[in-house]
Formats: sequence, structure tokens, C-alpha cells
Amino acid sequence: MSTGISACPACSAAPAAEDLAERAAQKDARLALSLPTIHCAACISAVERRLAAEPGVKSARVNLTLKRATIEAENDVTARQLVEVLEGIGYEAHELDAGTLSATETDRAGRELLMRLAVAGFASMNVMLLSVSVWSGAEDATRDMFHWISAAITLPTIAFSGQPFFRSAWGALKAGRLNMDVPIVLAIVLALVTSLWETTLSGEHAYFDAALTLTFFLLAGRYLDHRTRAIARSAAEELAALEVPRVTIVQDGEEREIATAKLVIGDVILVRPGGRMPVDGEIVEGRSELDRSLLTGESLPVFADVGQAVSAGEVNLTGPLKIRATAVGEETSLHRMADLVAIAESGRSKYTSLADAAAKLYAPGVHILSVLAFLGWYFYSGDLRVALNIAAAVLIITCPCALGLAVPAVTTAASGKLFRKGMLIKHETAMERLAQVDTVVFDKTGTLTEGTPELTNFDGVKPDDMALATALAEGSSHPLSRAIWAAGKAAGVQPARLENLREVPGYGAEAEYKGATVRLGRAAWVGAEAGAVTSTWLKRGEAAPVALEFTDSLRAGAEEAVSALKAAGKDVILMSGDTRLAVEAMAKRLGIETWVAEALPSEKAARIVELEAEGHKVLMVGDGLNDTAALTAAHVSISPASALDAARVASDIVLLGGNLAPIAEATLTAQSAVRRIKENFQIATVYNIIAVPLAIAGFATPLIAALAMSSSSITVSLNAMRLRG
Amino acid sequence: MNILSYLIPISLVLGGAGLAFFFYTLRTNQYDDPEGDARRILSDEYDDKPKQD
Repeated sequence: MSTGISACPACSAAPAAEDLAERAAQKDARLALSLPTIHCAACISAVERRLAAEPGVKSARVNLTLKRATIEAENDVTARQLVEVLEGIGYEAHELDAGTLSATETDRAGRELLMRLAVAGFASMNVMLLSVSVWSGAEDATRDMFHWISAAITLPTIAFSGQPFFRSAWGALKAGRLNMDVPIVLAIVLALVTSLWETTLSGEHAYFDAALTLTFFLLAGRYLDHRTRAIARSAAEELAALEVPRVTIVQDGEEREIATAKLVIGDVILVRPGGRMPVDGEIVEGRSELDRSLLTGESLPVFADVGQAVSAGEVNLTGPLKIRATAVGEETSLHRMADLVAIAESGRSKYTSLADAAAKLYAPGVHILSVLAFLGWYFYSGDLRVALNIAAAVLIITCPCALGLAVPAVTTAASGKLFRKGMLIKHETAMERLAQVDTVVFDKTGTLTEGTPELTNFDGVKPDDMALATALAEGSSHPLSRAIWAAGKAAGVQPARLENLREVPGYGAEAEYKGATVRLGRAAWVGAEAGAVTSTWLKRGEAAPVALEFTDSLRAGAEEAVSALKAAGKDVILMSGDTRLAVEAMAKRLGIETWVAEALPSEKAARIVELEAEGHKVLMVGDGLNDTAALTAAHVSISPASALDAARVASDIVLLGGNLAPIAEATLTAQSAVRRIKENFQIATVYNIIAVPLAIAGFATPLIAALAMSSSSITVSLNAMRLRG
Repeated sequence: MNILSYLIPISLVLGGAGLAFFFYTLRTNQYDDPEGDARRILSDEYDDKPKQD
């Protein structure tokens, strides 16, 4: 957009504005750090004091609720430097991407709802005070005055506090639909109109207090709902902000750090061992191994050499690589796959929430009932005033007060319970859908396994070979080497004394031992035949190579989760992009009968669509990019926090801890939550069954309406609280 | 009954004052870090006035 002749004259001003913004940003940098371990007053002051003592830091403020520090500093202060400083005084710290976080910083919608709730609360207390006087016997002029004062408080309050309902009801009516807000608005407006009319005629009954309490309770439900979702959203954003999009590029022989968004095609990027490819590219220098499990599900590392193409999302394992970017931003294969997900029809869009289903039954029913009451009384008595009063009473008494609270009160309690167990419910109907699940599909690499290998044939390797392997593996960051080192250390193996130890990126490690060359590495490098099992080979002089075999270590709680789900009568399926042998071994280990190996991303999604078509409700648990389409297609989906950003976005629930065990428990919690919601609907219905005949018969007074409304709302909230335990 | 002409305005004003006070706390971000604020009162470092630059 910066080049060429601008189509609009005003656009020429845009670069100047950008420039200004950039200069402002340079003067003062805002940094955010996540501090997962802080917990006390002493922590707050220690962190703030230490940060403030750092040169260039202008102010530092800790937020203990979010476990986060916000720092205003000169532009040359980097987050990395502050992280080191904090680690120096014993606090774990991680950099957060301020750009990702700023979106949630002020929760405008939540604040607005809270204001409306406060105003409605204030007004309903005052009006209730006046109403109680009327009910307890105020008469004539006093009663009229109380009614007028009530009207003066109620009308502006409803005009302000009722806006969310008016807007939503108007939107529904314009689209030709009925939602829960239509009867609400109708009840409120009709109550106000008849009450005003009654007041001008010095009538006995006015429903100002009912209209206000109704608004207050419904806003409380709305706010609970909003807060549950806001908490989930900010936690999800914190996860995303932990991955700071920054890369090292090599320009004119110099290394420089820039934001990933600023990369252009042709930039040469340095990816260190352990780093993730930020963009698609081609290797121009270096030799290494790549972990592609997040993209394909393969657990075996792939050899990488100059000239080979790499895709964004792959992890570099052994040697530093320089890659030239061939596609950046939205052009990368990672992004294109994520886009596919958006197109795929998602399970969640097909689902109608319980509240909507109830509204569909309820709204027309109430309208018909109140119209019938109006017509009946009008023809019976011929008095428009009486008929309208009774119609309003019917609408108010049947008001979905309890219905409006029934769902949010339960989901708030249940989400809070699951959040404490380490599960983040991202989608509003995720809980209801989770309760229906009868089939659970697991991905293998990165989901059931941690993605870190474990040595399996330790007992089959001779002790002195093991001593050599341990020595060769020492100091390497390759996952297989680390597994050998860990196994050797756990068994108390004394590493052999080696000379000239050096790592050959992409192949393995080599050294001299008692005059002979010893090597630990890839099959081809040591002259061995590669097998199907993940393995590395040890070659000692001219002797035949010895295989060291590995398996993926299970994620904590995987066995418990699978056996608990099976015990609960659910079908468990293992679906992976990995080789047959690896998948079969994993399925046997966990006791899973149905498994699918070498599945392409589209096959995974197709299989899930097939299962859904057979009438199953599928829960998909996966972490990789190859799972995203399946995660979207499934009825409900879960991904671990370690998953790729795209997978987390595609799933309804995120597992915050590394443990899988809460999954089985979550399905039980979801089932009891849905049971509570249904109970709440029943409670609300029972109240209506008692109160509606009274209203239709013309016996309902504002006092009865207030009692019915408050008691049903309180019962429903108390019933929801039972979930908390 | 004349007492009403005092009591009703008084109750409205008191309630309104509470409401205005709530608005003030909301606008000055006093609900952003409830847990931290609860602990800060235990700290010896007073931050009840603006920092001296």
C-alpha cells in the first residue's frame, strides 16, 4: 500500500500518521510480563521494587489477579532483560506480547453491563420500598403519590438499563425471529403502560417494581454470562500472547530481531535449535533435523539439508539453520490450513443451545396465553382496562426471570469448577455439547504423548555400550539424545571418557574412544538398516551397530483419562498421522481397540463427519495443525495448552495443565450441569403452573408477582450453586 | 404524613450517593485487581499519593 500512486488523496497522510505513531511508540515502550508464581504482598513489592530499580524503567505495576506485570520503560529496555532480572530474585517470568493483550485490557462491554445492573439495582430497591408501603396499606392520595414517584424513578431507569434487551429483541424481530428477549421486552413495556394508566386513574395496582426487578435479575444473568466468557477469553489471549512473534534475521552479515509481521519474502532468517519456523522457506545454510509432528503427526524427526523446503510450524532440532522466506504472513501453508478450518462446517454452529430451544417453546406460548387472557376478559367484561391489566399480569408472572438466570447461573458455576481443575471453557455452548458426547477421538503425537521420546530397550543394551551412548548424548539438545542421557542418569550409568566429542548437525554425535571412532546417530550414517520403530544407532569402531529404540512418553493422566472414558461407556478412538506400528503400539498400551494410522488431515475430518452422520456425538482431542479441521468438524473439541495456536483457536476447550485426566471428569461435570439447567427450567415451569391460573383468573396482585419472581430466581440460583462443591 | 416529604427525598439522595460512588470506583479501574489490592494494604510502602518524579 505504500508504493504506487494513491487512489485517494487522503491516503498520503496515512504514512505520516503511522510515522508519528511509531515515534510515540519509540519514546515509551509498554512491556507485559507473565508471573505465574507470584502469590503474596511480599511478592508484589519485591517485583515492583526490583523492576523500578532497573535503569530505563519508568514505572512497574503488578496485577496479582492476572499474575501479570505491566512496565512502562524507555525504548531500549527489552523484556528479555527484565525476565532475567526477575529470575535473578527468584520469580519465574515470561514475556507477553503486548499487542495481543491490548485487545482485552478494558472490558468495555462488561463495564457497561455492570453500570446498567447497578442503576437497575438502585432503582428497584427504592421502588420496592415505596411498593411495600402501598402493599401494607397506603391509600388514596398517599398511594397515588407513591405510584407517581415510582413511575418517575422507573421510566428513566428502564430506558437506560433495558437497552440490551430492547436492542436484542429489535434485532430478532427485524430478522423475523422470536428470541427470549421479545417476551421480556413486551412484558416490561406492557407493565409500564398499564401501570402508568392505572396511576393516572388512581388505580390500586401498579407493576413498576415488577418491571424493575425483572430487569435487574435478567441483567444479573447477562452479566454472569458475560463475565464467564470474558475470563475465558482473557486466559486464552494470555496463552496466545506467550508466543511472542519475533524472529532473528540476518542482514548484511548482521543479526537483528524484528517482529514476524514485518518479514518480507527473501529475508534470511536464523532459526536456532529448538526454535519454530516462523514462515515457509528454503534452507540456505546449515544441516539439521526437523520435528514435523505439529503439522503431520509423525513422531520421527526428518533430516534437513540445504535446498530443502520448510513449512511454518516445524521445529528445528539439532543445528542452526538459515532459511530464506518464500511465503510470509497469510501466504504460509500454516495459515492456509488454518483458513480451511474456517470454511469447514463446524459442529458448534449446528447446535441449538438449551436456552434457545426453551425460548422457541416459551415465547409463542406466553404470547398466545396473554392474548387469550386479554380477549377472554374483554369479551366477558367489556372493560378494556381490566383486560389489559390481566394480560400484563400474565406476561409479568410468566416472565422468564428464572429462565434468564437458569442457564448463566449454572454455566458460571460449572465453568468456575472446571477452570480450577485446569480447563478453560472457551465457547458458550461447549458445556452443553460436551454433555452429549458418546465417542472420543484422540490424536497421538503431542496429545496422548508429550512429544518427548523415552528409551525402551535399555535392558537389551550392554552396560558398556550404554556408558558410551550416555557420554555421546551428553550436552546435545536432540530429543533422542536427551532421552538416552535421562535413561542413563536414572540407571546410574557412568558415562565413558571420550575424546574429541563433536556433534554433526543432522546426523548425530561422533568421538574417539580408546583409539576407535564411536558414533551415535542416524541409521544411514552408521551403516545400519532403518527400522520402523523410532531408533538411533551406536557404532563402535568396526563392530555392528547397536539399535537404541524409543517410544513416545505418555502425557500425564493419559491412561486415567482413557480408562475413565471407557468406564463411562464412551467409544475411544485413536487417530494419528504417524506410522501404523507406532499407532498400534500406542493403542495397545492404552487399551484402545479402534485406531487409524497414517491419516491425512482431511481424512481425520472426513472420518469424524462420518461418525457424526452415523449419529455419534464426537469429542475430538488434538493439538496439531493436522488436527484443526477435525477439531472444527467434531461436536466439541479440546486441545492442550501446548498445542499450536491454530488448534487452540479451533477448539472449544483448552487444557491449561499438562494433565489429561480432567477430560473424563469434565464430561461428568458437563452432564450434571445440563441436568441442573433442565431442573431449573422445570422449577420455572412449576412456578408458572401455580401462578398463571391465578393471573388469568384475575387474582394476581403486584405482591404475588414480586413474590413469584424473586422466589423462583433465588431457587434457580441456589440450585445452580449445588454444582460448585 | 408530612414526615414523608423529608424521608423520601433523603432515601433517594442516599441511594443516589451510593450509586454515584459505585460509578466512581468503576471508572477509576478499582475492580481490575481485587486480589492484589487486598494484599497491598499489608505492604509498608504507601502508594496513596502520586509518585514524585
